Order: sequence, then C-alpha cells, then structure tokens
Amino acid sequence: MQTHLDWLEAESIDIMREAAAESERPVLLYSIGKDSSTLLHLARKAFYPSKPPFPLLHVDTTWKFREMIDFRDRVTAELGLELIVHRNPECLALGINPFDHGSATHTDLWKTQGLRQALDKHRFDLAFGGARRDEEPVRAKERVFSFRTADHQWDPRGQRPELWRLYNARKAPGESIRVFPLSNWTELDIWRYIEREEIPVVPLYFAARRPVVERDGTLIMVDDDRLPLRPGEQPSHEMVRFRTLGCYPLTGAIPSTATTLREIIDETVAADTSERQGRVIDRDQSGSMERKKRDGYF
Amino acid sequence: MDLLRFITCGSVDDGKSTLIGRLLYDSRALHTDQLAALTSQGMDLASLVDGLLAEREQGITIDVAYRYVGTSRRRFIVADTPGHEQYTRNMVTGASTADAAVILLDARKGLLRQTRRHSHVVSLLGIRRVALAVNKMDLVGFHEGRFAAIAEEYREFAAGIGIDEVTCVPIAAIDGSNVVGRAARTPWYDGPTLLEWLETVPVDAVRPGPFRMIVRWVNRPDADFRGVSGLVVGGSVKVGDQVRVLPDGTSSTVARIVTFDGDLAEASVGQSITVVLADDLDVSRGAVLAATDLPEVTDACQADLIWMSEQEMLPGRRYLAKVGARTVGLTVDAPKHRLDIDTGTHLAAKTLRLNEIGRGNVHFEQPVALDSYRANRDLGGFVVIDHLTNATVGAGLVRHTLRRATNVHWQSMSVDKTMRARLNGHRGCVVWFTGLSGAGKSTIADLVERRLYLAGRHTFVLDGDNVRHGLNKDLGFTDADRVENVRRVAEVAALMVNAGLIVLVSFISPFRAERELARGKVAAEEFCEVFVDTPLEVAEQRDPKGLYAKARRGELPNFTGIDSPYERPDTPELHLDTTELTPEQAADAVLAHLTTSGVW
Ligand SMILES: Nc1nc2c(ncn2[C@@H]2O[C@H](COP(=O)(O)OP(=O)(O)O)[C@@H](O)[C@H]2O)c(=O)[nH]1
Repeated sequence: MQTHLDWLEAESIDIMREAAAESERPVLLYSIGKDSSTLLHLARKAFYPSKPPFPLLHVDTTWKFREMIDFRDRVTAELGLELIVHRNPECLALGINPFDHGSATHTDLWKTQGLRQALDKHRFDLAFGGARRDEEPVRAKERVFSFRTADHQWDPRGQRPELWRLYNARKAPGESIRVFPLSNWTELDIWRYIEREEIPVVPLYFAARRPVVERDGTLIMVDDDRLPLRPGEQPSHEMVRFRTLGCYPLTGAIPSTATTLREIIDETVAADTSERQGRVIDRDQSGSMERKKRDGYF
Repeated sequence: MDLLRFITCGSVDDGKSTLIGRLLYDSRALHTDQLAALTSQGMDLASLVDGLLAEREQGITIDVAYRYVGTSRRRFIVADTPGHEQYTRNMVTGASTADAAVILLDARKGLLRQTRRHSHVVSLLGIRRVALAVNKMDLVGFHEGRFAAIAEEYREFAAGIGIDEVTCVPIAAIDGSNVVGRAARTPWYDGPTLLEWLETVPVDAVRPGPFRMIVRWVNRPDADFRGVSGLVVGGSVKVGDQVRVLPDGTSSTVARIVTFDGDLAEASVGQSITVVLADDLDVSRGAVLAATDLPEVTDACQADLIWMSEQEMLPGRRYLAKVGARTVGLTVDAPKHRLDIDTGTHLAAKTLRLNEIGRGNVHFEQPVALDSYRANRDLGGFVVIDHLTNATVGAGLVRHTLRRATNVHWQSMSVDKTMRARLNGHRGCVVWFTGLSGAGKSTIADLVERRLYLAGRHTFVLDGDNVRHGLNKDLGFTDADRVENVRRVAEVAALMVNAGLIVLVSFISPFRAERELARGKVAAEEFCEVFVDTPLEVAEQRDPKGLYAKARRGELPNFTGIDSPYERPDTPELHLDTTELTPEQAADAVLAHLTTSGVW
C-alpha cells in the first residue's frame, strides 16, 4: 500500500518534472535547511538516472551559520551539482548587517533584493522553492505554481486556479514562476521522510551544547565574534537545537535534548508552537510575511 | 498510514471554521495521547483556522486554503473554500483533488439551496462519498427526530444526483460532539463520528483501472539511456507488458521500470516512475502510455465546462487547453445548456459567464488521448487557458468523445512527412494570403505558383472562389458559414502539407481567430501568413468582379469591408502593401520569404 510519504514523494516528483519541462531556465533555490535538503533529494529522484537539469542557487547573506556553509559546500561537491552562490554586491560594499540596519532591512536587501539580482543575472524563468503551506497561515492559500511579474512582484489578484494535477505554466517573456513542490508537506512529514530516506541535514538541527545568549526571549547562538554582546551579556553553553535555519543573529534556538531524528520527530509531534516562532524576522512587523512575499521573498 | 484528501463545504456561519479548528485541535491532541486535555470549551476554535477576511479586504484572491491534519491512522489534506461570491469556481478547484466531501449544514435551518448547490458541484467533480455533518445539534436539543428528518431528506436528494454513499452525522462542532469524541447526548446515534468516517472512508485513488501514464519528461542522460518519466494515473504496469503510446498509436513492451531506489517489477497508480521501452520509439512529453481499454484518441468531445473568468466564454474563439502534459489549441461550441446548480435543472444558454457551468462540444486542434472524467480524472479533466493573457479561464470535464468509432485509433503511418520531403526535395508549407476582395490575393498567389512550378516545386492553389464551387458549395456568407468555410480549407491545406505540397491559400479569411486556427493545424515553421494590404477605397475602385458595386446597392449582404468586418492581422509573416508594390514585386517578396525560411 502507498503510504502518505510515498504519495507526497510521488506528487513532488511529478511537480518537479512538469515544472522543469515547462521552463527554459529553471533553478533550485537552495537555502541549506531541511526543506532544501528534502527538495534536493526529491530532485535527484525525479530525474534519475539524469542529474537534475538545473543548478542550485544559494542567496548568501554572509551571516549564515558556519556549519551551514560547510554543509552546503560538502553536499554539492559530493553530488557533483552546479552551485551558484550570490551575495548582493551592494550589501557587501555597505556592510549591511542585522545590528546596525535592523532585521527587516537586512533581510530585504540581502535576501529579497539579492534573490532578484541573481534571478535577473542568470535569466532564470522558474525557481523551485521549499516552502510548505503549513508554515504560515498566508501560505495555506499559496499556489504550487506562483507567478511573478517581470519586476518580481507577486500579484495576489491574478493567481490562477489549480485543478487536478494541471499546472498552467504559461507566461509572458520576462515573467517568472516560483514552484513549491513541498506545498502539501508538513514539518512532521519532512522529518519522517528525512529519517526514512536517511537524508543528510545540517548538524544544527540536533541538540548539542552551544554558546548562546538570551535576547528578548529568544536564544541566539554566538556563531562567531561578529555578534556584538550587550553590556553584561555573557554567552552560556546550553543544550539547544534549531527548528529552522537562517542568519544566525536572527534565528532563535530552542532548548532541547533531541540528538536523534527519532527524538526530533517526537518533539515535533508534541510541539504546539508553530515552527517559525524561532524566526525573528516574521515577527518584525505584523503581516510581514505577506508583504515580503509580494516583494519577492520566499 | 495513508492519505485522504477531502473538501469541506458550508455556507457562511454554518460552523465550517469551527469544525476545521476542532479537527486541527483535537487531532493534534490525539497525536500526543492527550485526549484528556480536551478542555477547549470557550476557546475560539474558528481562530485556529485563520481568518480569510483580512485577505479578502486586501483583495487577494483566495480560492482554496489547504489544511493539514493527521491522526495515527491517516493523514488528511483538507480543502477549505470560503463561502463568498466566487464559490463555484473555488469549490470546483478544491473538489478536483478531493476523494470525499464533508457537507455542513445548520440543524436549525435544515437543507438549504446552498446545500443542494454544494452537492451538485461535489457530484459533478466525481466525488461519490459524502458525509453530511448536521451541525449545531446543541441548539436543537440533540433532537433525534430533527436529525432523522434532515438525514432522510438529504439521502433521497443525494441518490438522485449520483452521490451513492452518504453518511449523516449529528455534530456540535463547538464542543466536539461526534466530531472526534462520541457525544453523550446522542445515545440514539450509532453511526461513526466524523473523524471515524474520515479515517475509514475508502480512498478513490487506489481504485483499480486500466493502466495510464502521463509522460512528463523525456529522460536522456546519455546516448545509451532513453526513458520516459511520468506519473501512473491509472491501473498498474509490469515489466514485459505491452503498452501503446498515444496519440501516436505506436506500441512496444516495457523493458524496465526505473526509479532512484532501484528497478521495479511493477508500478501502480500514484507512483512517479521512469519507463524504458523495448523499442526505440520517439516518445515525446505529453504522450500517454496505456494498456487495455485504451483512451480515445480524438479531436473533439462533449464536456461539462466551468467558466472561471470575468470575461465570458466566446464560442468559436481560439483558446488553449492543458490536458495531461500537453497544451493544444481549443475551440468551444456554444453550450447546449447551462446548469442551474441550485436546482440541477438545465437552462438555455448561448455562452457561459463567471461561475457558470454548462455542457457543450469542444474541439482540439490536434488529436489528444482522452478518457471520460468518470473513468479517469487525469485524462478526463482539462483547463482552458486564454492564449493572450495566459490566465486559466475555465475547466472542462470530458463526458464522452465525439468520434464514436471506438476501434479507429489514430493511424500511425510508416511513410511520414520527413520521408516525403526527402522524396520531393523540399518540405511542404501553407502560404496563407488574406485580404479584402480585390486586394490582389489570387493574382499574387498565381504568380508565386508559376515561379515555384518552374523551379520544380510541388504546389497547389486553394482559391476562395473555386473552393466555394465544390467543397464549400453548401456554405453562405454568414459569420458561422465563414468560420466553417475557413475551417474546411485549413483542414485540406494541412492534409496537403502532409502530402508534401507548398499550398497557396487565397482566401479573404476576415477573422483573426480562424486564421489562427488554420495556423494551428500545421507546425509553426510550416505556416506563412501573407497580408495583402489594400485599402478599401482602392479595392473598391479596382472592383474587378463588380462585387463592391453590387454590395453598395445592397444586393450582396455580409460583404467584407462593407457590412461585414475584416480583422487585420497583427503580426503576419509578410505584410504586402499593394499600393506600393507591383504584383511581381509582391510575388518576389513571398518567394524571398520562402527562401529565407528554408522551404526551398
Ligand atoms: N451552538 C453552536 N454554535 C456553533 C456550532 N458550530 C459553530 N457555531 C457557531 O456558529 C458561528 C459561525 O461559526 P464559524 O465556524 O465561524 O462558521 P463558518 O462561517 O462556516 O466558518 C460561530 O459563532 C460559532 O461559534 C455548534 O455546533 N453549536
């Protein structure tokens, strides 16, 4: 019998094949997290024995956890896949960071603008992303094939109805499509699938003693010496792990003792806080996800 | 653990959000074996299902919100459609992927118009299993008689519209009675709770049926491996099985079923696989692999159409259809009738507007492999796309194909176009001259043909006047007849291109849509539209056949340019201004174009 993970896997593969076939220059947005790892694994399955017919794109901010960058370089080298790393050159020049410029500006310039630059530069017309509908209320209504105008705007009024497995991927020159093959997956599905398929993920997802400081109720890991400590702040070593991964100064750790996938799954099952609570940017402004999406953020 | 996709339908305030919130909340609790912790009295369950209101205010199109619920027995994907004015379109979208439906009503109000509407849409979209959730039982004192009356009325109605499995459940979403836990106040009810029903209702997707696979992608990593990748959307297939490739009609046997996790001996519905065929066939994306009980290969069918655009449907206009993994040109006839979804009765209709459902014939520009929607949703459902805006404007459900001869499958010929081109020394194409009467189409076409003939090319001229003496003798000059006139000529021209000829068509062909239709009959590089542009005054002055004079006297009704429109081509391959060019120069221009486009 087909289990629900089999069903989800088959659907995601089907979406990836369809999208790749409908696109002239597809790319996979690889953000190194567990969803990206799952997406990459599905891409390898979808096109086997061919390699995925698209490169990976990482929009870097220079503020990612070091372990993420190590992991990224190792995995792409092992699989022999083409990796494009884009860092917004203006941000580099201006030294944009979350402390001096605020998390909203930091994220907008590095990630949202950086993504646009990279897509334009390489003329990608379709980008796979690892977003799931269960992450965010707004995403519950997101299409699997989501359209962007020539200047990367999301037009919430012009969304196309998606019936059956029929995705209308037609677009005018300059327009692009974001495709979300993991739309129907939940956080729990991702972890169960990672366990079943033995997909490697960044070690930060597993609990370990890590140097952290507590700020406004969020545990921030001191990943390098660029984190300015506030007066009286003293990093302490705590057993923590991360439910999502992003820029280290903006990603909250959770206290946890889960050191195996099994334990992560048990913890996820029991958790009643939604996954993104560890992410500082989403709380920055009310309705911020909505706005970011319209501006072209994932 | 398997997966069920279902849709919830209800009118505003029936308690749909409360019910979904209840399922989300209680099933999460069930997960952690914390059933005892279910003291959610007083909490706003509907708020768990975030309000769609805010987005509506911002003008965001919300058609369907998807929610994810899981118990230890099953995973659910809930399609939740907000009950506002776009309801039909949204429900259709949500129902298209659902195996079951929960239809909600308020016990105090009983069966309403909306309940019937929801049921009609559910039935149309092929959902056969429905739970009627009779909500707010607390407000009718959990009265058995009230429930029984509603249940009986609904069963009778549902049976009449093809919903064969109905389960009625008396619930109170607000306190969870008979949603997850059994209600103490309904001792007279011995059926399943709503969740029990959801956990046990059979999933349609696993129904056996004849093998079908949609080819999404051709898998060619190197010269040695040639596979076709796709999703099995019907039945199962084994290594060694004979399969047909449609619409081509070629056949082969399955040599391997390849997956990343190793080769399989057999694959069945719902699996994404890569098939290697024993013979080296040219299978392209969009083809369908099938065995036994083959889908019909046809270019026309009768379908139920759901219109989803503000712009009403235009019968005869060229649209695109996405069927499986193919996109082909499509025209729709005027509907035979429209469905009143509140009552199920048929109404007269000439077109379809937003949210209307009607039945009519549709024509595909190329043969496609179709099943009836009832037999297979993936090969019987299609979406209609506006080819200018690329918007999805409608959806179609195939009732039956219009080519009834079930045994006539698209004949795949062993001598093909390429071989004929080799024999002829050139390939075939259509040169389509369009313009007003007296513009100079026939004169130029004749000059072009003479030059081609002298150069040893195989040609034929289809001239409007001549064809009307024979093939199209039965047609007049109404808009409908003009459309048919051009359609027939387009078909003949396409056959002649297949025969390897350079076909020179000299037809007024005043409507853009029909010229596009003609273009769609052959490959893109085989069509050359030549606009013979002569202003009306000039054509009228030339009037070689005295027709304009007659038309002006009112003796020739529907004359193009006088009282019937001519739609100028937007982007013809060639635009010839006859006020500046002699016929010889115009012919030179056509020949030059044929040279650069590689026809000779
Ligand atoms: N008494 C009672 N009220 C209910 C029940 N289910 C929902 N309601 C109430 O009916 C109103 C509308 O519910 P809501 O879930 O928002 O309806 P929706 O518009 O269908 O999503 C709210 O005030 C609910 O609290 C029920 O089983 N019993």
